[in-house]
Amino acid sequence: MNDVVNPAAAELPNQEIHQQIRKEYAAGFISEIESDTLPPGLNEDVVRFISAKKGEPEWMTEWRLKAYRAWLEMVEPDWAHLRYEKPDFQALSYYSAPKSMADGPKSLDEVDPKLLETYDKLGIPLHEQLALAGVAVDAVFDSVSVATTFRDKLAEAGVIFMPISEAVHKHPELVKKYLGTVVPQRDNFYAALNSAVFSDGSFVYIPKGTRCPMELSTYFRINEAKTGQFERTLIICDEGAYVSYLEGCTAPMRDENQLHAAVVELIALDDAEIKYSTVQNWYPGDEEGKGGIYNFVTKRAVAHTNAKISWTQVETGSAVTWKYPSCILKGDNAVGEFYSVALTNNYQQADTGTKMIHLGKNTRSTIISKGISAGKSQNAYRGLVRMNPNAEGARNYTQCDSLLIGDQCGAHTFPYIESRHPSAVVEHEATTSTVSDDQLFLCRQRGIDTEKAVSMIVNGFCKEVFKELPMEFAVEAGKLLEISLEGSVG
Amino acid sequence: MISIKNLHAKVEDKPILKGLNLDIKPGEVHAIMGPNGAGKSTLGNVLAGRDGYEVTEGSVVMNGKEMLELEAEERAREGLFLAFQYPVEIPGVSNLEFLKASVDAVREHQGKPALDSVNFLKTAREKIKSVNLDQSFLKRGVNEGFSGGEKKRNELMQMMMLEPQLCILDETDSGLDIDALQVVANGVNAMRDPNRSFIVVTHYQRLLDYIVPDYVHVLADGKIVKSGGKELALELEEKGYGWLENGEA
Repeated sequence: MNDVVNPAAAELPNQEIHQQIRKEYAAGFISEIESDTLPPGLNEDVVRFISAKKGEPEWMTEWRLKAYRAWLEMVEPDWAHLRYEKPDFQALSYYSAPKSMADGPKSLDEVDPKLLETYDKLGIPLHEQLALAGVAVDAVFDSVSVATTFRDKLAEAGVIFMPISEAVHKHPELVKKYLGTVVPQRDNFYAALNSAVFSDGSFVYIPKGTRCPMELSTYFRINEAKTGQFERTLIICDEGAYVSYLEGCTAPMRDENQLHAAVVELIALDDAEIKYSTVQNWYPGDEEGKGGIYNFVTKRAVAHTNAKISWTQVETGSAVTWKYPSCILKGDNAVGEFYSVALTNNYQQADTGTKMIHLGKNTRSTIISKGISAGKSQNAYRGLVRMNPNAEGARNYTQCDSLLIGDQCGAHTFPYIESRHPSAVVEHEATTSTVSDDQLFLCRQRGIDTEKAVSMIVNGFCKEVFKELPMEFAVEAGKLLEISLEGSVG
Repeated sequence: MISIKNLHAKVEDKPILKGLNLDIKPGEVHAIMGPNGAGKSTLGNVLAGRDGYEVTEGSVVMNGKEMLELEAEERAREGLFLAFQYPVEIPGVSNLEFLKASVDAVREHQGKPALDSVNFLKTAREKIKSVNLDQSFLKRGVNEGFSGGEKKRNELMQMMMLEPQLCILDETDSGLDIDALQVVANGVNAMRDPNRSFIVVTHYQRLLDYIVPDYVHVLADGKIVKSGGKELALELEEKGYGWLENGEA
């Protein structure tokens, strides 16, 4: 039985889904939890309030203020292939925490049952299932982390996995040393905003030579109306250490656009390896393009000598996506990988890709990007490969494939290549294909209905990326594509 | 088994089938021959319910059910199978995954229990072997990078897995060398069964040396203009189609 095809692939065709009836966004519900929400608006007092609310030390407050002042002088970027109404940043509220969290729960038993119910609806296993799945979850509900599990087991291995707000208090030396080193406060408009007002997020530290004993996972969720969410994630993998981190997102249905501007920083010291996987399905808006999340994310990693960074993302949600998980290959022989599936349907827009900055000798990078456009959506790949003057023997391979479903959507590719070393090798391949009527007819003639056929073909198209995902994520990703494509073929 | 009455169909407003009648009983093999452009491939596509083929008149009743009212996938689940002249590639979808989805859909419709993975795999391995394809083809994308002959054998393999009631072979011999032709013909012959019928559409008599039909029909200008036994094929081989088109039509 060893040579059975990928079980995820074999399972997928069995999952019932479908009819042509468009299903309402499955994760679209709003929990009734009282919130402690700051009135809309942003100024230095708000930044100080957020910092005070978290009891942050002076250096952290100053760090935020520095970011805020930088942000004031910046303008929102407009170079992406995106059209949307710019958010009014003074109309957003910058702090919201579920009230029952005010004192902070010590264990799951102390967590507001409503919260747990919400997670259950999303199918997030927070209880015993966790042990079975071997996943520790640092769950972020709106802005405050509500529960952190498996901390003991991780502590045994010396792994630190906690909300970053807690890390500021418990491990200030690490936070001080690394925060903002990969994505500086003034890196870009959204990163500066995030640095000023970040609510919470995860902090991970894997000590020297340690292989993290389990996959670490965080689920994010936006809940409050008009509340921007500003996650801040910092992962440090010390020399020779390894960690695999999973991030998954869902958001409830809502009419107003919500802003999501996260910053993720990864640091892989010498010989370390970080694998970061994302499944993102923020609410994409309805069939007319109303509502949906604005997702402006800055994700960047730095890889020291012989270190390896692997980004894998499955992006199916959000009305507007602006996201370029990048690798700075600083040390010699460092490796960067980017595997991406970005699916857009209806009126969704995505401008996503990566940057591979080769600084060290013999650094290598691989980019596999799969864009799927359906409905009236626009899907752009934007990628930069830069070989710096010292990047002797550096290599990059880029493969960029687009799949079109229907004739009203768009796929765009914007590859930027800068090579400043004669021995560097950059390869770029790109294809565009469609789901053809002939393929659909072959499937239907074999008894497979159209929706199922499209889902199979799209999953097949994404296989190279899905195989990079942890197994449970691969199954989830396949399901997500299927749900996201419902109704895309008449 | 299947009864086709006064079938008229057009493609892009051009009438192709113009009153075709055909009755096929269980266990029979009917060959449809005819010149290019007579409507041979259209017949297969119309029976299978392909989009773009508009039926303007007539009926197709299989096992008491009007096929023309059903969607393409429903006809397939009722046991109608079309082996394509030019099977299309589906990159990234493995043969095994495709077959599983197909067999599951058909069995579910027919009220049969789903095959468990072990049995399914075992059956698939046997069938792929019987069409002379390496086991590795099960894991490859559907028809992805297959040669013409391999694609046809893959079609045959799908037919074997689905065990249809009515098999329509659309110019299965095109693009096949003699060895591949023999493999395909042997496969088809092995599937001949008192409860299964075949429509073998072909331009040349050659295929009928291997798959010996019970009846031969000549399709010209959208209608069956002559029917006979297997010897009719030999006559056509000798005289060509011209005498029928010009004479009786």
